[in-house]
Amino acid sequence: MSTDNADDKSRRDFLQMTGAAFGAVGTVAFAAPLINSLNPAKDTLALATTEVDVSTIPVGEAKTVMWRGKPVFIKHRTPEEIEEARSVDISDLPDKESDEDRVKKEEWLVVIGICTHLGCVPVGQKQSDARGDYDGWFCPCHGSHYDTSARIRKGPAPKNLKVPPYEFVSDTVIKIG
Amino acid sequence: MIKRLIPVLAVLPLLLIMVVPQAEAAGDQKTAPHQHWHFSGPFGTYDRDALQRGYLVYRQVCSACHSMKRVAFRNLSDMGYNEAQIKAIASEYNVADGPDEEGEMFDRPARPSDYFPSPFPNKNAAKAANGGAYPPDLSLITKARHHGADYIYALLTGYEEPPEDKKLLAGQYYNPYMAGHVIAMAPPLSDGMVAYSDESPMTTEQYAKDVSEFLAWAAEPEMERRKQLGIQVLLFLAAFAAIMYGIKKKIWSDVH
Amino acid sequence: MGSGQREQFDNPVIEWVDSRLPVFTLMQREYGVFPTPRNFNYFWNFGAIAMVMLILMIVTGIVLAMHYTADVEKSFSAVERIMREVNGGWLIRYMHMNGASFFFIAVYIHIFRGMYYGSYKKPRELLWILGVVIFLLMMATAFIGYVLPWGQMSLWGATVITNLFSAIPLVGDSIVTLLWGGFSVDNPTLTRFFALHYLLPFVIFAVVFLHVWALHVTGSNNPLGIDTKGPQDTLPFHPYYTMKDTFGILVFLIFFAIAVFYFPNALGHPDNYIPADPLVTPAHIVPEWYFLPFYAILRAITFDISIPFTEITIISAKLGGVIAMFGSIGLWFILPWLDSHPIRSARFRPLYRTFLLILLADFVFLGYVGSQSADATLFGIPLSLLGLIATAYYFIYFIAILPWLSRNEKGRDLPNSIHEAVLEKENKKMSPEAAE
Repeated sequence: MSTDNADDKSRRDFLQMTGAAFGAVGTVAFAAPLINSLNPAKDTLALATTEVDVSTIPVGEAKTVMWRGKPVFIKHRTPEEIEEARSVDISDLPDKESDEDRVKKEEWLVVIGICTHLGCVPVGQKQSDARGDYDGWFCPCHGSHYDTSARIRKGPAPKNLKVPPYEFVSDTVIKIG
Repeated sequence: MIKRLIPVLAVLPLLLIMVVPQAEAAGDQKTAPHQHWHFSGPFGTYDRDALQRGYLVYRQVCSACHSMKRVAFRNLSDMGYNEAQIKAIASEYNVADGPDEEGEMFDRPARPSDYFPSPFPNKNAAKAANGGAYPPDLSLITKARHHGADYIYALLTGYEEPPEDKKLLAGQYYNPYMAGHVIAMAPPLSDGMVAYSDESPMTTEQYAKDVSEFLAWAAEPEMERRKQLGIQVLLFLAAFAAIMYGIKKKIWSDVH
Repeated sequence: MGSGQREQFDNPVIEWVDSRLPVFTLMQREYGVFPTPRNFNYFWNFGAIAMVMLILMIVTGIVLAMHYTADVEKSFSAVERIMREVNGGWLIRYMHMNGASFFFIAVYIHIFRGMYYGSYKKPRELLWILGVVIFLLMMATAFIGYVLPWGQMSLWGATVITNLFSAIPLVGDSIVTLLWGGFSVDNPTLTRFFALHYLLPFVIFAVVFLHVWALHVTGSNNPLGIDTKGPQDTLPFHPYYTMKDTFGILVFLIFFAIAVFYFPNALGHPDNYIPADPLVTPAHIVPEWYFLPFYAILRAITFDISIPFTEITIISAKLGGVIAMFGSIGLWFILPWLDSHPIRSARFRPLYRTFLLILLADFVFLGYVGSQSADATLFGIPLSLLGLIATAYYFIYFIAILPWLSRNEKGRDLPNSIHEAVLEKENKKMSPEAAE
């Protein structure tokens, strides 16, 4: 019926390009929500902050709270422990951080209780626990020693225990996250 | 051409009878008349003011017996409340938490991430407190009943005096929209029982309308996004189909 | 597959792969130049549409499974969590929920097309039988999938359908207990249903592969039902039918999108938004719409079949219903031999065409009967009686009418070739213009 002249051909090519583009866009648009559904859901995100009342922790004791499925160590440090953390020469440390940069109030140390080596939970939260050579925490998996500022001092872990984002909502309430 | 229409004509009356006697077969239950809702139709959205009023009615009336355990305080942001307001509303409630370090359960003020607390600890307690009838959870109620919000509105406003021959027991009420016409819920709404802060009339009808809209939102919080996305998807598919029709026609023009 | 002559590809990468594993040659042969009758109408789109729906179901299903928990205490809430908390979860679930219905719509049209144009006849009997196997697997998958949200209809639908097996003499009750893994539909039933619901779609996929393989051995049937006689009767599959199928798929997806975005629950039942409660039976248990005709056949048998003049029951009403229901699909397996008429297409068999269209109406009517409660009436006639009559026609059609027509229907004259028939049609269309 129709003759396949040059004009016709270019129109068909243009149509086919547009069709292919629509197909590509459609496929991506279909895949996007499927993949996005694997991101944290709304109820998971709603629990992304935790408020902790620290007034019940006596000096020298510690408390473990859960935040985003991970343990967070909250330690009420004694003056000796603060002194010990601050008297260290920073240049000697594997991961150079001053204690002042790691706390918001010097008697309160808040860190994520996950060893930076391979993800174990170090011990040292209880009075009876082994605290390693530097009086802080000790990871039983591969023998990493942390000091009273939870900085790595000895063993295979590369980094200090991480400080989560937190703030003091009042004198005795910490909001983590 | 006429011959081709014969099969269509043969099937049509069947399709018709599929629709018509449906209402009859639904039994003695009166069908809820259709109301106009702000969320009706392909572009419908929820009326934020109606949702807030409906929530007030739920809080002051329905929540005494009916739980809504799938809705969280944080979801109230959909209704136009800001974060501070949601925190304030949540903190009016206590929720059980724990166990604490001593192993004890304790009560604390609710947070935005908490779900609406239920009036009864479990289903049996709810039944025992309501003369054996279980007040259903309202989170999904408009999806769990035929005619959805229309049904809720009709039920709330449809209480009647029972006919002469109908004997009701104590704690039973007559409502033609209920299956079997007998309902264990006393007429819950009356004029003026909830104080609105806006100009809306404080009547049973208005309360029923608002709380129905609120329950529709609770059951389908995704509705606005769904309808909006639907338009986009349909426009895309229509354009794509038109292009493919053009391509197909062009290619086939060689053959014909 | 894969052996034999192979043409070289220009692209060196494609050529490298193809000379070691000739997948590109295979694609080229089966979907590129594959000779396809030139006279398909739009009914021939539904195979491709069904394929798209199967893939859509598998893809959305896998993502849903990542968010789902199979546990009687948690499943209902897990599904609601998908609807409310998971990013875009409502979209994925509504696509899966309505996708099942639209998959069945496509497959029902595909099956009816096969019946209307005699696509089951020699040499395509095995192709047809594989199709029936796919349909049965789909029914099993859909039924099991409906149980997973653990709403009221999930629990009670599962209870009613699994109880069907108790009709089997002697071993029935043991089979039901085995299916349940307990003494009612409960947690063990739910977890095994989830496992099977994940497995069966891949089995379907495998049988679809065989179905397509068999199709490519015999080649497609066509609206005239006559064999292709040479290149003038066919067109290469690409681009002619790839483009036509894509257009058809998109039109189908428009209807699908309307359902997903604007009527997502219209094909479901409100009771399934009530958490399952083993103490409360819904007033009116109905299966999903695509099972309704078969459900009506099940319920149509309400009488025991006894040896005349004695009290001995051979087949109880319950067993009779189950036999009728499974038999109604079982007949499809032997359809190629029930209808042995040499003409394939109903276009050239007016009598066959009439009875088949009555069967279609009968089937739709059975669906209506299945949707109503057992004691309902239509125009004052009990529906159970109408259902029995409709069931009787269904069986008479297959067992008596088809074999009788095979022997006695003369049929119209067939065109010589597809090519001629197409040309003639074109000329007819052209002639009014030519006269101007």
